[in-house]
Amino acid sequence: MKIYISMDSAAKALGADQVAAAMATEIAARGLHAEIIRTGSRGMIWLEPLVEIDRGQGREAFGPVSPADVAALLAGTMAGHGPTETIPFLAKQTRLTFARCGVTDPLSLDDYTAHGGLLGLRRALGLSRAEIVAEVTASGLRGRGGAGFPTGIKWNTVLGAQADQKYIVCNADEGDSGTFADRMIMEGDPFCLIEGMVIAGLGVGATKGYVYLRSEYPDAIAVMNAAVDIAREAGVLGADVLGAGQAFDMEIRVGAGAYVCGEETSLLNSLEGKRGVVRAKPPLPALEGFMGKPTVVNNVISLATVPVVFEKGAAHYAAFGLGRSKGTIPIQIAGNVAHGGLFETAFGMPLGVLIDEIAGGTATGRPVKAVQIGGPLGAYFPRSKFDTPFGYEEFDGQGGLIGHAGIVVFDDTADMLGMARFAMEFCAIESCGKCTPCRIGAVRGVETIDRIAQGDGAAVAVLTDLCETMKDGSLCALGGFTPFPVMSALTHFPDDFATRKEAAE
Amino acid sequence: MTRATHPETAEMQAIIDRHLGMEGPLLPMFHALQAEYGYVPAAALPLLADTLNLTVAEVHGVKSFYHDFRDHPAGRHILKICRAEACQAMGANDMSARVLERLGIDWHGTTPDGDVTVEPVYCLGLCACGPAAMVDGRVVGRANSDRLLAEVGA
Repeated sequence: MKIYISMDSAAKALGADQVAAAMATEIAARGLHAEIIRTGSRGMIWLEPLVEIDRGQGREAFGPVSPADVAALLAGTMAGHGPTETIPFLAKQTRLTFARCGVTDPLSLDDYTAHGGLLGLRRALGLSRAEIVAEVTASGLRGRGGAGFPTGIKWNTVLGAQADQKYIVCNADEGDSGTFADRMIMEGDPFCLIEGMVIAGLGVGATKGYVYLRSEYPDAIAVMNAAVDIAREAGVLGADVLGAGQAFDMEIRVGAGAYVCGEETSLLNSLEGKRGVVRAKPPLPALEGFMGKPTVVNNVISLATVPVVFEKGAAHYAAFGLGRSKGTIPIQIAGNVAHGGLFETAFGMPLGVLIDEIAGGTATGRPVKAVQIGGPLGAYFPRSKFDTPFGYEEFDGQGGLIGHAGIVVFDDTADMLGMARFAMEFCAIESCGKCTPCRIGAVRGVETIDRIAQGDGAAVAVLTDLCETMKDGSLCALGGFTPFPVMSALTHFPDDFATRKEAAE
Repeated sequence: MTRATHPETAEMQAIIDRHLGMEGPLLPMFHALQAEYGYVPAAALPLLADTLNLTVAEVHGVKSFYHDFRDHPAGRHILKICRAEACQAMGANDMSARVLERLGIDWHGTTPDGDVTVEPVYCLGLCACGPAAMVDGRVVGRANSDRLLAEVGA
C-alpha cells in the first residue's frame, strides 16, 4: 500500500505534517506494509490535508483529513472522493505545466524522469541555439509573470547580443496576493523549473542562472536548494550538462521582503546587492541586465512551461488557448472561495465559470460582490464582467489585467472603499521611491480616500486626477497600475464611496 | 533560535568572508548575519563596507531598503500575519486587530516582556486557505486570533 501526503506549504499550514506523523504511528501500530510518500499539492486546497491511498488499483483521495481520522482511513471506513483523477476540479483541467505536481515526490529525480522529466532537455540538446529559440517562439508562450511579453522574442534578443557572459534569471518574487503557482511548482516539481532554466541557457548561450526567490517562502527555498544540489550531483547542472558538452549551473538567491523586487529591473539591482530601486528602460535587461550583461529575466511559470513545450512540441502547446493567448494558464482561485486552489486550463474560460462553477462561489456562502484579478495591481471586477474570457487581450479590453493569474474572491461584506485605500497604502509602503508619482502619489492617495470616507465628495475628482498622473507618470507597474484597483473600485462600486458621505450629511 | 550576545568582529568577518566568491554578495551576507544574530548588528556595516569597497552609507542604504533586515533583536517568538487582499477577504483585518489588542502592541512592536514580535507580511502564498500567518517560520492556514495567541504562548 502506498500513501501520498502533500508536503506543499498550504497543506502543511492545514496540518499535513501532523497527519503524516499520525499515519506513520498508526501504520507501525497495525503492523501494516505501507509506504508514506510526500508529494507536491494537487492544488485542491480546500481538501488539504489530502491523503491519497493506492492499494494497487490507483490513487483514491480522502480529505480534508485530520490526525483523528487516520485510524478510520486505514481501516477503510472513512468516506472518500473516489479516484483522485475523477474529482471534477481535477478532471476539468488541462495540466501541462503542472502535470507532475502532486503526483511525484518533488525531490526524486527518478520519479521526475519516470513522468516525462528531462525529455524536453534531451531534445533541446540536439538542437541549435536558434532552433531552441524558434521552438519557444512558435509555442506562443508569453511571460506568465503578468506582462505577457512573448518569451521567444525576449530570448532571441539575448541570443543576438554579443557578450562574454550571459545570464538566466528566474523571477520567483511572487508577491501578488492571490497567487501561489510559483510556490506550488517550486515546492512540488522543482526539477521542472531547473530543466526550463537549463534549456533557456542552452538557447541563448548563458551558462549561469539565478532564481530570485522571496524570503516569505521558506519551504520553497529549502526544496529548490535541495533540488539544485541533486541536479548538480546527477549532471543535469554543471560543466557538462547530461554529458552533452555544454555548461549551465545555477544558484538560489533569497529576497528580503520588498514587493517591488518582483519588477525585473529592481530584482536585478537587488540580486547585485543594491537597493531594489527600479531602473529606467532602455537599456533592456535582455541587453544590459544582471551585472550589465545580457540577461533573460523570466517568471517561474514561463520557465517551468519550457520543458513541456520541448517534450510535446511547440505545435502541441500552441494548439491550446484563445487568440494570442496560447497554451494553458495555471489560474489560482483564492480569498473567500468554497473550492480554492490551482486550476490549469487553456486560455479562454469565462471568469464567471471559474468562480461559480469551478470554485463553487464563496466560502461564507454569501453572494460574490467583487473579484480582484492579477494581484494588488489588478482591477476589481463586478459580476457584470463575469463573461470576460480569461486571456491577456480580453482582460485588457475590460480595463483589467490577468497578471500572474490569481483571482481573489470577495463576498458582499467587502468594503470597496477600504480595499481602494489599502491599494494606495500598499503602494506607499512598497514604493522604491525612485519616481515621484508613486512615492508621493500613493501617500496622497490614502489621504484623499480618507477625505472621501469623511464625506468630502469633491475629493473624488482629485483621486481620479491623481490616478491619471500615477498611471501616466510612474516608472514601473507599482505606481502605474495601483490606479487599476482604486479606479475600478470607485467606478464599479460607487455606493461604497457614497454611503459615508450621505451618512455625514 | 538566535543568539542576542554582543557579536565579535572576527566572527562577523568570518560570516561575511564565507560569501566572497558570490556575484552580488551583499544580500546573502545580510541574511547570514541576521540568521546568526537575529538582526544585522550595526558593527557589521563598516566590515561589509571595507570588504566590498563600498561606503558605510551605501551599505546602510541597502540594509534599510529591505523590510526583512532588523537593526535590533526581535522577540522570542516572531508572528507574521498576512495583511494582503486574499486574507482580508477572509477576515484578516479583524483577526490581526484582535491579536494586536490582546498583546497590547502595534505592527512591528514587541511585547514588553520580549516574548512576541508581530510583523505584517504581504502574502505567504497561502491565499486559498486564509487568513494566513507564520509563527517562527512555521506556516498556519485558516488562522484565528485565539490559535495564533496560543501558538506564541500568549
